[in-house]
Amino acid sequence: MKTTEETTKAGGGDVRLTGISKTYGDFTAVHPLDLTVPEGSFFALLGASGCGKTTTLRMIAGLEEPTAGTVHLGDQDVTALPPYKRPVNTVFQSYALFPHLDIYENVAFGLRRRGIKSVKKQVEEMLELVQLGEQARKKPHQLSGGQQQRVAVARALINHPKVLLLDEPLGALDLKLRRQMQLELKRIQTEVGITFVHVTHDQEEAMTMADCVAVMNAGRVEQLGTPADLYENPRTTFVANFLGTSNFIEAEVDSTSGDDIVLKAGGGKLVLHRARASVPAATGGKILAGVRPEKISLTHADDAGEIPEGRNRITGRITESSFIGVSTQFVVDSPVCSDFEVYVQNIDRDPRLAPGAEVVLHWNPAHTFGLDAAQDIDAGVETVEEEVA
Amino acid sequence: MATVTEAPPTPAPVAPEKKPPRKRGRWTPYLLLLPGLLWLVVFFALPVIYQASTSVQTGSLEEGYKVTWHFATYWDALSEYWPQFVRSVLYAASATVLCLLLGYPLAYLIAFRAGRWRNLIMILVIAPFFTSFLIRTLAWKTILADGGPVVGALDALHVLDVTAFLGWTAGDRVLATPLAVVCGLTYNFLPFMILPLYTSLERIDPRLHEAAGDLYAKPSTTFRKVTFPLSMPGVVSGTLLTFIPASGDYINSDLLGSTDTRMVGNVIQSQFLRILDYPTAAALSFILMAAILAVVTVYIRKSGTEDLV
Repeated sequence: MKTTEETTKAGGGDVRLTGISKTYGDFTAVHPLDLTVPEGSFFALLGASGCGKTTTLRMIAGLEEPTAGTVHLGDQDVTALPPYKRPVNTVFQSYALFPHLDIYENVAFGLRRRGIKSVKKQVEEMLELVQLGEQARKKPHQLSGGQQQRVAVARALINHPKVLLLDEPLGALDLKLRRQMQLELKRIQTEVGITFVHVTHDQEEAMTMADCVAVMNAGRVEQLGTPADLYENPRTTFVANFLGTSNFIEAEVDSTSGDDIVLKAGGGKLVLHRARASVPAATGGKILAGVRPEKISLTHADDAGEIPEGRNRITGRITESSFIGVSTQFVVDSPVCSDFEVYVQNIDRDPRLAPGAEVVLHWNPAHTFGLDAAQDIDAGVETVEEEVA
Repeated sequence: MATVTEAPPTPAPVAPEKKPPRKRGRWTPYLLLLPGLLWLVVFFALPVIYQASTSVQTGSLEEGYKVTWHFATYWDALSEYWPQFVRSVLYAASATVLCLLLGYPLAYLIAFRAGRWRNLIMILVIAPFFTSFLIRTLAWKTILADGGPVVGALDALHVLDVTAFLGWTAGDRVLATPLAVVCGLTYNFLPFMILPLYTSLERIDPRLHEAAGDLYAKPSTTFRKVTFPLSMPGVVSGTLLTFIPASGDYINSDLLGSTDTRMVGNVIQSQFLRILDYPTAAALSFILMAAILAVVTVYIRKSGTEDLV
């Protein structure tokens, strides 16, 4: 099974999944998947519920047996090891604190199981780290959700695992506490330097916390990269819609010149940089041109002459506008796309920009990204709305 | 209700509007308690008082019994029938331990491993209740019959030699021995053990097992440190539900035992129904009740279940 390449190139504490998959009867929860989580990184598995992210995490923990493939921690093949022999620990979604033990004993559980006698110092230090020193002798049900969550983190971290697995650890907390815990977890990760694999359906959470995000959809990894890279250069409509909002224009390749691809859409021309097209562009071929709402400027049709040359432009009519403080969100009906979203920062508000106004949308061509036209434009959209609510 | 909701005659015009709804709410819990309280008074409190008075009466059936505060009956009953008391406690305790040993693995299986078979196994556990207690116990008479297949097999395996040495059986017989009585008790009270055990095991979040495994606990350690402690409420109520009725039982000893296996229930039954010595029977009942109460109190204190529930 082991190739020479695998044994020599393996990092000291990387998590490597090789061809790992999981099927339940006819249902494939995780399609064969290769993934490397670099040692010391904060890695997020992001996706809607049922996308296979939790199953993947559980296969790393040993709580789920992969149908095929292997799990390596550093050089060690742990695929066949039961969970209690793996140097990984999990923070469970519901925390799964032992209700019959107090906080101190919950945190000491892992140390005691490994036969460590003097746990006092370590437990106390760990409780200090998560700021729960005062609560040591309370039972889990006497603590608030946020405190229970910190106990769950402490109980796992005290064992100095090679990898800490977090299964939607903040899902049960309210928004404010969640934000606070995101920063807290990030701080702890930086402090202890342990690899964190974090499963979440919250794209904002993934982007805030992780160094590297794998976006999963229907049992597959759609795209892997840093949060900024995923946001700026989505390679599928799912990623483009799941992380933030994207506008798409169905376009045809008109011509190519140097690094630019000229697209034809609804009578107008748009420019797309070749480097930002995730599919090869052939003249006459279809392509989806995408642009993020905050990259677009909005100018009233009367002032169209003031727009500098060389920008991509689209004309349309404002159908909706909503003022949300830092920005105003507009929905514009245009010939190429019926609900173009535009976020305009509230610096100098043009009072003419109201529903019914004829406008020109324009943006720097460098902000256009090109995707394969043979996919669902709305993939990943519903889930985003669900999460926002 | 009508009397309750009526406002007291006060000169203040606001009072009648404000008071009625609050009053009605206050009395509702007591009204809801009433049927249960009545039931307890008629079928529990009054009989207990009646029995208590019987136990301190003297007299005879012909002349009638009178309350003479003759507490000596208690002492006489205890000194005469203490072997039956000891036997009751021993048999009931043995049956309880056997029920726990047999019932726990089954309850565990139903709660965590049975999957789609869960309901079927539950029905099988409860199924014996569709037949009368008496008939089920009589069936054991056939199962343990002299020279029957069970006794024959036990004899061939020399198990009977061991049990006879321990005094549980006599010769090559199982029927009419302590073992038969304990077997009958175990069989008859097993569901009372399994059901509470199942209920408390079923309530345990399976993720706690995963969490224990994740924190380096072997399956056996997980059981010892997580599953068993969390199932303590079930263990306590299961053992109580088995021990209490088993210690007062007389059917099993009557049908499967002999005069040497008589339990206190048999004595009470014969005092009441055959010898017609009501004071002694009543005194024995009270001693049994007090003994069980004492045992149960100590047991609950020791097992510290208040903490767990």
